[in-house]
Amino acid sequence: MVKEIERAGLPVVHVATVVPISKTVGANRIVPAVAIPYPLGDPDKAKEKEKKIRREIVERSLKALQTEIDEQTVFEKE
Amino acid sequence: MNNKIKIVHYINQFFGQIGGEEKANIPPRTEDGPVGPGNAFNNALGEKAEIVKTIICGDSYFNENTEDAKKEIKKVLSEVKPDLVLAGPAFNAGRYGMACGGVAEIANEELDIPVISGLYPENPGYDMYKNYAYFVETTNSAAGMRNAIPDMVNLITSFIEKDGDLGRPEEEGYLPRNLRVNEFADKRGAKRAVDMLLKKINEEDFETEYPMPDFDRVDPLDPIENMADTKVALVTSGGIVPKGNPDHIESSSASKYGEYDISEYVNLTSDCHETAHGGYDPVYANEDPDRVLPVDVMRDLEDEGVIGKLHNKFYATVGNGTSVANAKAYAQEIAEKLLGDGVQAVILTST
Repeated sequence: MVKEIERAGLPVVHVATVVPISKTVGANRIVPAVAIPYPLGDPDKAKEKEKKIRREIVERSLKALQTEIDEQTVFEKE
Repeated sequence: MNNKIKIVHYINQFFGQIGGEEKANIPPRTEDGPVGPGNAFNNALGEKAEIVKTIICGDSYFNENTEDAKKEIKKVLSEVKPDLVLAGPAFNAGRYGMACGGVAEIANEELDIPVISGLYPENPGYDMYKNYAYFVETTNSAAGMRNAIPDMVNLITSFIEKDGDLGRPEEEGYLPRNLRVNEFADKRGAKRAVDMLLKKINEEDFETEYPMPDFDRVDPLDPIENMADTKVALVTSGGIVPKGNPDHIESSSASKYGEYDISEYVNLTSDCHETAHGGYDPVYANEDPDRVLPVDVMRDLEDEGVIGKLHNKFYATVGNGTSVANAKAYAQEIAEKLLGDGVQAVILTST
């Protein structure tokens, strides 16, 4: 899906837990997520802390969208 | 060979009869003898081979803790020293296929133990790990178990009879491994090439000796320059839908995608949304769908002016055994609609 969206001319970032699958399907901008059943969260954390985790991933996704790349790139947490 | 060959079988938590998605996070454990589908393999193999141990690991555990899982599995394989590792079959289950491939990589690459597995060719585990195992082609769902077992047993039998020296993929019934093997031909290369060319000119069937790899890649687009003026949309393969799943998107092998208005929402909650996905434990996504589709954070960023606008619709399907052709078609339609609505960037989340 990511590849087809990019092919259509829309810059896209893939937030995915299993990064090797994301690479195989041809995503170019990849942001690793937390876990398969909760990619953008963590039920063990308090609500507020959990939202911070989510915000960090979304902010990293926006940064990925604003970064020039010429090959598949994984944007790890800094 | 007089003695039975020793097999270690790798299966997931579901086929290991431990549980469904709620048990997908269990670390590897080892049982004596065959478990689940292993019994059918063991019976069919009779005097030729025996499954001595079964390694069972949760699909999510393997994919989220790959290094730990591999270390543990390598330890078991090093102790048992099987003649052959059997993995799956995994059909079109993505995480399971990746796990079978990962096990094949350790066994084959690090311990020099051959691996036979089975999966649907679109399973990402095939493309990623095809060098490391003999993958028998299966159907896309476990309903094909009845055929997968005899097909895999045939390959195992041939493997035993030929003392591990299997022939070409099409002769033996496994998927191409993308490996080149030297062999003697009765005609020299120039002659074979001209024969092939003549067949091509005469529009006859011919078989290439070196299929070109199929690299379907899309070049990365230029980055967004001014995020504060950009309209961003959310798309997910994680199956987030309004509560009650109004479009009846299937929990696996989805035949459609949904388009849902979120202009009224600053936050997704268990009162209004849920997941339709059948390939992961839905408890956490149902409790708070923002964990898969981050509407709450996107609204904050919109209010703060970090992004121009959050598009008022999101798109969702269930990426669980869904065929590549379908996923491709959905994404093409979704992209067209997004472009029509002036969307400039997309965040796509996957579980």
